[in-house]
Amino acid sequence: MQFSDPRSIYLQLADAICDLILRGTYASAEKIPSVRELAGEAGVNPNTILRTVSHLTDQGILYNQRGVGTFVSENARETIMQQRKKTFLDEELTSFFKKIELLGIDFTDLAPLWSQWKAVRQEVRHENQ
Amino acid sequence: MIEIQDITFQYQKKPLFKDLEMTLKPGNLYGLLGKNGAGKTTLLKLCCGLLYPQAGRLSVFGRTPHLRQPAFLSDLFLVPEEFLLPPVSGALYRQMLAPLYPAFSAERFEAHLREFELELPGRLDRLSHGQKKKFLLAFGLATGARFLLLDEPTNGLDIPAKGQFRKILASELDDSRIILVSTHQVRDLEHLIDPIVILDSGKILFSQTLEDFSAHYSILHGELPDGAVVLYEEQVLGKSLSLVESEVPGALPLDLEFLFKAVTTHPDRFTTAAPVDAAGSTRKEVAHA
Repeated sequence: MQFSDPRSIYLQLADAICDLILRGTYASAEKIPSVRELAGEAGVNPNTILRTVSHLTDQGILYNQRGVGTFVSENARETIMQQRKKTFLDEELTSFFKKIELLGIDFTDLAPLWSQWKAVRQEVRHENQ
Repeated sequence: MIEIQDITFQYQKKPLFKDLEMTLKPGNLYGLLGKNGAGKTTLLKLCCGLLYPQAGRLSVFGRTPHLRQPAFLSDLFLVPEEFLLPPVSGALYRQMLAPLYPAFSAERFEAHLREFELELPGRLDRLSHGQKKKFLLAFGLATGARFLLLDEPTNGLDIPAKGQFRKILASELDDSRIILVSTHQVRDLEHLIDPIVILDSGKILFSQTLEDFSAHYSILHGELPDGAVVLYEEQVLGKSLSLVESEVPGALPLDLEFLFKAVTTHPDRFTTAAPVDAAGSTRKEVAHA
């Protein structure tokens, strides 16, 4: 696995697991692979995976059933989406605003770009179907 | 558990280790880093009874390595940096040696060979160096030995094999095992080896988990916050890369090469680091969750 962003590895791994939950690879109430299997797949220290799993458990995204394994929580998808929205609004949007201010871009100029982007995206979706 | 207490060792007249102390705990994949001639291979050889300490106590899962008891040897596997394989087939090698390891798993051995894209080979001595290494790593990791010592395991491995080796190694660690990997190729094993032990001129300069390290030190690029205590600094394209004391938000992820340079350049500045035997103490058990 490639770790490109500057955050801790365990958090990047947590993001990767959340992505798999959102994509439905790990369905809710389903058992996820063991720490050993995940470590083997990612090629990282199993203790790091353990930290990732305990982090996601603290967030209520995963839960542990002693002796059975780790499962995806019933409302994992909602929790992840809520968290991601919060991160986006709190952090990413701020840096986005800073950047458009720095570059002298008028916010109203962005509206047509946004419509254009959505139109292209819709087309791609149609083609894929 | 492996306990090294006040070990003294020297080759002929040149002293190498004096009062060396270290504790290794199960469930960890230790990375042993050091320059050429720092004593890495010697330390590995002492741990598996190939060399005898001149003074001090060495205990590996309660046994003394240099007594070379069968129960000790069947619970240990060393993959040396350079080695010879006998002129026999892979199947015969397994047939001869696997019975020496009660916990040997034929299934895992085959899985490792498959991961390395290696068929059970014919004459082992006719393989290329890299293929020999893959074979020995696959066998060694499948022995089920609780103590695995790997000396420069990624040397000689081709590009895909490095990733394959990471996967195999990560999947082989469990809470009963101690894996000790000596390496110069820190990039090959980054995010995998942890805790890190740095050996320099026969002394252990550093021994702690990266989580503990990150709680006490930070790597920062560019401007530093007020009052930052800089322990080590490098200039990269006009910007400085600094290792500072205390945890600072926005710190870069730990780079082993940078850590290594910092510790070997200013060993005295890291005396406040966690004591030697603390490595692994904050680790949770690797559960088979």
